[in-house]
Amino acid sequence: MDTTQIIVTVVGVGLLAFVGWFFFLAPHRVAAAVSSSAGVQQVDIVVKGGYSPNVIEVEHGKPVQLNFYRDEENSCSEELLLPDFNIRRDLAPFKTTAIEFLPQQAGTFEFTCGMHMLRGSLVVK
Amino acid sequence: MGPPPAPTAGTETATLNIEGMTCASCSNFVEKALSRTPGVQRATVNLASEKATIEYLPGQVDRAGLKAAVEQAGYGVHESSPAVAANVLASDEELDARKAAAYQTLKRRFQVAVALAVVIMPLSMLMLWPAMMSRISTPVLNYVLLALTLPVLLYSGREFYVSAWNGLTHRTASMDTLIAVGTGAAFLYSLAATLIPHWFMQHGLMPEVYYDTTATIIALILLGKVLESRAKSKTSAAIKALMGLQARMARVVRNGQELDLPIEQVVVGDEVVVRPGEKVATDGTILTGNSAVDESMLTGESLPVEKKAGDNVFGATLNKTGSFRFRVSKVGAETMLAQIVKLVEEAQGSRAPIQQLADKVSAVFVPVVIMIAIATFVVWFDLAPEASRVPLALVGFVAVLIIACPCALGLATPTAIMVGTGKGAEHGVLIRNAEALEKAEKVTTVLLDKTGTITRGEPSVTDFLTTNGDTPAHLLPLLAAVERQSEHPLAEAVVRYADTQGGLRLTATAFQAYEGRGAGATVDGQVILLGNRRLLSEHNVVLSTDTEQQAMQLLSQAKTVLYAAIGGHVAALIGVADTVRESSRAAIQAMQADGIEVVMMTGDNQQTAAKVAEQVGIKRYFAEVLPADKAGKVKELQAEGRVVAMVGDGINDAPALAQADIGLAMGGGTDVAMEAASITLMRSDLQGVVTAIDLSRQTMRTIKQNLFFAFVYNTLGIPIAAGLLYPFTGWLLSPMLAAAAMALSSVSVLTNSLRLRGYKHSA
Repeated sequence: MDTTQIIVTVVGVGLLAFVGWFFFLAPHRVAAAVSSSAGVQQVDIVVKGGYSPNVIEVEHGKPVQLNFYRDEENSCSEELLLPDFNIRRDLAPFKTTAIEFLPQQAGTFEFTCGMHMLRGSLVVK
Repeated sequence: MGPPPAPTAGTETATLNIEGMTCASCSNFVEKALSRTPGVQRATVNLASEKATIEYLPGQVDRAGLKAAVEQAGYGVHESSPAVAANVLASDEELDARKAAAYQTLKRRFQVAVALAVVIMPLSMLMLWPAMMSRISTPVLNYVLLALTLPVLLYSGREFYVSAWNGLTHRTASMDTLIAVGTGAAFLYSLAATLIPHWFMQHGLMPEVYYDTTATIIALILLGKVLESRAKSKTSAAIKALMGLQARMARVVRNGQELDLPIEQVVVGDEVVVRPGEKVATDGTILTGNSAVDESMLTGESLPVEKKAGDNVFGATLNKTGSFRFRVSKVGAETMLAQIVKLVEEAQGSRAPIQQLADKVSAVFVPVVIMIAIATFVVWFDLAPEASRVPLALVGFVAVLIIACPCALGLATPTAIMVGTGKGAEHGVLIRNAEALEKAEKVTTVLLDKTGTITRGEPSVTDFLTTNGDTPAHLLPLLAAVERQSEHPLAEAVVRYADTQGGLRLTATAFQAYEGRGAGATVDGQVILLGNRRLLSEHNVVLSTDTEQQAMQLLSQAKTVLYAAIGGHVAALIGVADTVRESSRAAIQAMQADGIEVVMMTGDNQQTAAKVAEQVGIKRYFAEVLPADKAGKVKELQAEGRVVAMVGDGINDAPALAQADIGLAMGGGTDVAMEAASITLMRSDLQGVVTAIDLSRQTMRTIKQNLFFAFVYNTLGIPIAAGLLYPFTGWLLSPMLAAAAMALSSVSVLTNSLRLRGYKHSA
C-alpha cells in the first residue's frame, strides 16, 4: 500500500462514519403545536428537500391543522402521505396546503412524501 | 394601539380569503390595515391558511368595507363560499395547472439534455479513432465538451443539485442526492482534468474526462422522470373520472319557473326537473314521473334501474327514457358521489401492511447506498493496478450511486393500491383502505347473510291462511296495524300486502317488539301476537294439528311462516317468501371455483335455509340465527382457522361485519353501511363480492411482483455496479447503463401497476 492509498482509505472510512452520523444519529428539529383560539392545534411546516420541522408534537383529542408550505417545485415532495390518518394529498408548489385531522390516540405517526424518501413524524401526546 | 378589547355583544365575525401574501410581514401588514379600519374590533390573519378572521361592528363597517381595506393595503380578497371549498368534488384547477406546467418544464429540461447528449457522446468517442485524435488537440476537445455539458448540468440537472442541497440541510437524502453526488463527482473530476491536465500527468494519471457520462446520466434520469410523471397521473385517473361525473347545471323549479342554475346554487329542498338523456344533478327523491336511470357510474350495474315516485335518485347518474321531478335531499359533500370520492381518496392515502418492509428499507436506503459507494471507491483504489485505479474507483463509485433506485421501492405498493381502489370504484366496489384490500386476498370463507344478499331481501306475502274461520278481509287490517309499527322486513311485506288488498286502516296500541321473534300489540281491543313459532310457544299459544300441517306445507316450499294469534288463539298463518336473485347462483359458483368456501347464515328455520342453500349450491349453512348471534357464528368459523369475509346489508349485522376479518356491506348507499364495512358494494348482487375478492387478489399479486422486482433489482444492481463480477468475468457496469437501468426500473413498477387498469371482472 502506498501513501495515496493509505490517505484514500483513511478519508474513505472517515466519510463513511460521517455519513452514518449525519443521517442517522444527528438530532432533529422538534416543534410543538400552537393552539389557536378555536382550539385547533396549528403547525407550519416548510417543505424543501425535507420537512422543517420534521418532528411535530400535538395533543390527542384536539383537531390538528398542519400547514405545509411547499417551497420548491421538485417532484419528490409533491405528494404528502399521512397513512395512519388515510391522508394522501398533493402539495401545490409555493403554496400552503392545510391538512386537517383529529388524532384520537397517543403515539408516533410518520408522514412521508409519495416515495417515502422525505419523512417526518407526528408525536401525539 | 392597545390590545384588542374582548368581543362585545353585537359584533359579527367574517372570514376573508386573502391573496398575495408571501411572508409573515405581509400578514402583519394586512392585520394592521384591518385593525385600523373603523368598526373593526379585532383582526387576525393566518399566513398559512391565507385567511383573515375579523370581528366587526356591523353598524360601522360591512364585508365590502373590509374587503376594500385589504385591497387598499395592496392585497386581494378571494370570494368563495365555504360550502364549495369544502366540497371534495371541487377539483383543484390551479393544482392541475401547476402540475401541467411542471410537466412541461420537465419535458423541456429533458429535451435540452438529450439534444446536447447526442452531440457530446460522438465527440467523446473521437478518441477511439487515433487517426482523428492526432488532428484535434485533446485540451481543445475537452473545453468544447465542457461548454456543451455545462447547460445540461446547470439547466437540465439543476433541480437534482438544488433538491439534494435542500435535503442535506434537513439531514435527509433522496434519489436526487444520489444523482447529484454521482454526476457531480464525474463532472468535477472531468473539470479538473480539463483545467489542470498537467497536474494529473505529473501524478501518472491520464487526464480522462467523463462529460459524456454526466450528460447521458442526466438525460436518462430525466427520461425516467418524464415517463414516471406521465404514468403517475394515470394512477389517479379513476378518481378524476369520478370527480368529473358531477353535473354542472341543474334545472330547478323556483316560484313555478324552471331555471338553469349552477350546481353550487342548488339547495336541499329544491325541486329539480330531469329530461330524457340528462344527468341527474344531485341526490333526491322522485316526486312525479318515472324513468329508467343508468346508475352504472356509481354502482357498476350495467342495466338501467326503473325509478318511480318515492324512489331515490343520485347525482351524476344518467336519465334514460322518461322525465321526472325530484326533491333535492343532499348537495355537495353529502351526495353519494362525493361520499364515494371521499372513500376512494381515503383508501388511496392508507398504508398496506405489506409495505412495511419496503418502508423500513427506503428509510435508510439512500445513506446506506452512499456508504456503499464510498466503500466501493476505497476498495477499487486499494486493489486495482496503479495505472487504472482512479478511473475504476470513480466509475464504480458513480455507477453504484446511479443504479440504486429507492423510487421503485416507494412506488411498488401505493401505485398498485391507487389503481386497484380506483378500478374497484368503477365496478361499484368501494374499498375502505389498503389493509382491507390485503385481507380480502387472504379470504378462505365467505359468510353470506341470506336476506338481502342471496335473496332480494324484499319478502312478499305469498299465502294468507285463516285458521279460526275468520275472513281474511277482517283479519288482515288487524295484523297490518301491528306490523305498521314494526321495522322488520317481514312486517313490511305484510303491510304491503294489506295495502294492495285495501280494507280498513286501524291503529295499534301497546306495541311491543320481540327481537328475532316478532311483535305484539292491542288493536281494536284485541291482543294480537304476530311472529314466528317461538313467539307463540313463549306465550303458550298451542297449534292444532291441522294448523301444524298447513305450516309444514308452507315451510316445505321454503317459505317463512308468520303465525298470528288473537286473544291467545292461533288465527292465521302467513306464508312469506323472499326470492333468490338470478345472479346469486353464478356468483357463488364463481367463488367456489376460486377455492373459497361459501357459508350461508339466516334467521330462517332449517327447512327454508336448506331450500335456499340447495337452490344456490351452498353446502354449509346456519339456520335460526338470532341477530345477536351473528357475530358469534363469524367467530365460530374463525375458530376453525378460516379467514372469514362476512357479507351483509351493514345495518343489523354491523357487529358481525366488524367481527369478520373483512366485512362487505351490500346494497351500498347508507352511511351506516359505509362506516361499518371494510368494503362497500354499491351493486345489490353477489357479483360484487366476486369482483372484490378477485380484484384484491390481482392487486396483491401486482404489489408482490413490484416489491420482488424492486428488491431484486437493487440487490443485484448495486453489487454489479460496484464491480463484484469484475474479478470473475471482467464485467464492469458503465454508469450510463446504470442510469438507463435506474430510469427504467421505476417506470417498470409503475407500468406493472397500471396493468391493473385493464382489469375486467370475470362475469
